[in-house]
Amino acid sequence: MTAITQPVQAGPLAEAWSRIWRARRLVERNIMVYRHQWIIIFSGVFEPIFYLVGIGLGLGGIIREVPLANGEVVAYAAFVAPALVATAAMNGAVFETIFNVFFKLNYAKTYDGVLATPMGITEIAIGEMLWALMRASLYAVAMFVIMFFMGLVLSPLGILMIPAALLVAAAFAAAGLAGTSYLRTVNDFDVPMGLIVMPMFLFSGTFFPIELALPEWLVTIIQFTPLYHGINLIRGLSTGIVGIGQLWDLLYLLAFFAVSMWIAINQMERKLIK
Amino acid sequence: MQNSMTTSESLVHARGLTKRYANGFTAVDGVDFDVRPGKAFGFLGPNGAGKTSTMRMIACSSPVSDGTLSVIGMDPRTQAREIKARLGVVPQIDNLDTELTVRENLEMYARYFDIPRSVADQRTKELLEFVQLDERAKDQVEPLSGGMKRRLTIARALINDPDLVILDEPTTGLDPQARHLLWERLYQLKRRGATLIITTHYMDEAEQLCDHLVVMDKAKIVAEGSPRQLIDQHSTKEVLELRFADQTRDNLNGQLDGLADRIEELPDRLLLYTANGERTLEQVNERQIPIESALVRRSSLEDVFLRLTGRSLVE
Repeated sequence: MTAITQPVQAGPLAEAWSRIWRARRLVERNIMVYRHQWIIIFSGVFEPIFYLVGIGLGLGGIIREVPLANGEVVAYAAFVAPALVATAAMNGAVFETIFNVFFKLNYAKTYDGVLATPMGITEIAIGEMLWALMRASLYAVAMFVIMFFMGLVLSPLGILMIPAALLVAAAFAAAGLAGTSYLRTVNDFDVPMGLIVMPMFLFSGTFFPIELALPEWLVTIIQFTPLYHGINLIRGLSTGIVGIGQLWDLLYLLAFFAVSMWIAINQMERKLIK
Repeated sequence: MQNSMTTSESLVHARGLTKRYANGFTAVDGVDFDVRPGKAFGFLGPNGAGKTSTMRMIACSSPVSDGTLSVIGMDPRTQAREIKARLGVVPQIDNLDTELTVRENLEMYARYFDIPRSVADQRTKELLEFVQLDERAKDQVEPLSGGMKRRLTIARALINDPDLVILDEPTTGLDPQARHLLWERLYQLKRRGATLIITTHYMDEAEQLCDHLVVMDKAKIVAEGSPRQLIDQHSTKEVLELRFADQTRDNLNGQLDGLADRIEELPDRLLLYTANGERTLEQVNERQIPIESALVRRSSLEDVFLRLTGRSLVE
């Protein structure tokens, strides 16, 4: 731990870096909070495992094989498992940034206290994003490890699922932060959770190849949504069937992350600075 | 920092300072003031006078709309981070971290200020003793009483050993014992040489704690000076408070004329401003005006405020 802070020479890059570096304090704060209640964090590990057993193995007993978009065929469990790495990243990140940040922003006024210190809005937004990213990554990586030992990672490229899952987690953490700043009351949670997160979870190619099952217009709409790209990227790495599509997924997720983060910082500023 | 006291020894220097909110409301309208180091500076005024908006601009948590403001020789527009590193802020509404314990609140705050752990641990210990919360160190924040939370907020504001401590209505909503304990702690702080800025709508708080006061009303500063100066300038030495039965009061018809320098009519009583209250009371009795009760007291800041604005401080 460094004790001495260097005086920062103004320069946009140095300034940006000093903010990102200071943002770690908010991660420390969240670790301090969860120090007493690790079980809450840990419990989230099981959700994707239950889906894998219940649907991947359960339905997999009947369906057995699924054709991919390019015509190759994989075992159903090996089809579902990489998607569950992506959904674990999404759910972990969204849960943290929607519920917990909403509480701190609107009820506990935690950030008002933080803003009286040298910490700024950017540090708070980045810090919360990083923390959600860490929490979500825990779930995604746990899922990856289980997949690996179940023999569901079909390609050596599968190791890249971990950085890909981090990117998916970051994208959804930023989107959750941006979204939560628009919510006014606890009742508003139903909209993002019920009308955005839940349909994405079901219809982004998690449990079936949408290109083969859904009408074309619906597939087109889904291709604009982030979880679709997260799943497509991670499944490509897991199965080793990688093409130009995965490059688009990567660029989409990076852009989605950047835009969401920008909205999150601006919205939090609008909400906290008057 | 190299650029400390540039503005002629004032820690906070404001000229034409203005706060306009997005909805067009002007909360602070061109105020001038200077806060000298080592003094307790007070903003006295009713709710909505613009005190909190002024404080929030000084604390760099609200952007300045117009005018000049320098805090510890720096400009809040461009050096907010550097200023905040040297301020202690006690906001009007406690915003302690309710997910952390009492001690963790101080430890974490020290982390935000980049205070090395060994120093932070020592200060945390000292401050918890200073605000008499050392026995509650491991407790959660929420079950604490209002006075305890306030004291913890003050301890938190002192964690970075600030050059300037800003307290926005530090005792509002507290019971009398809690207020007196808090005043005593703030007085200790003052004796150690800290510079304090306090807003309050309690005149007793202003009289107890402040060396220098500005009286704010409707976004403007209406008077300035030490509590004693303000009373001497804007009020008489004593006040005679008279209460009447309703019909007597309705039929007074100038019977009190000439008895006092000034007469203030409140809904439940009349205030007669005079150099000698007992003497005036005798004169009232000589004129055989039937009074229900009478009270002679010294003039206070409340009277100054009434005189300057025509309204009471606490409504």
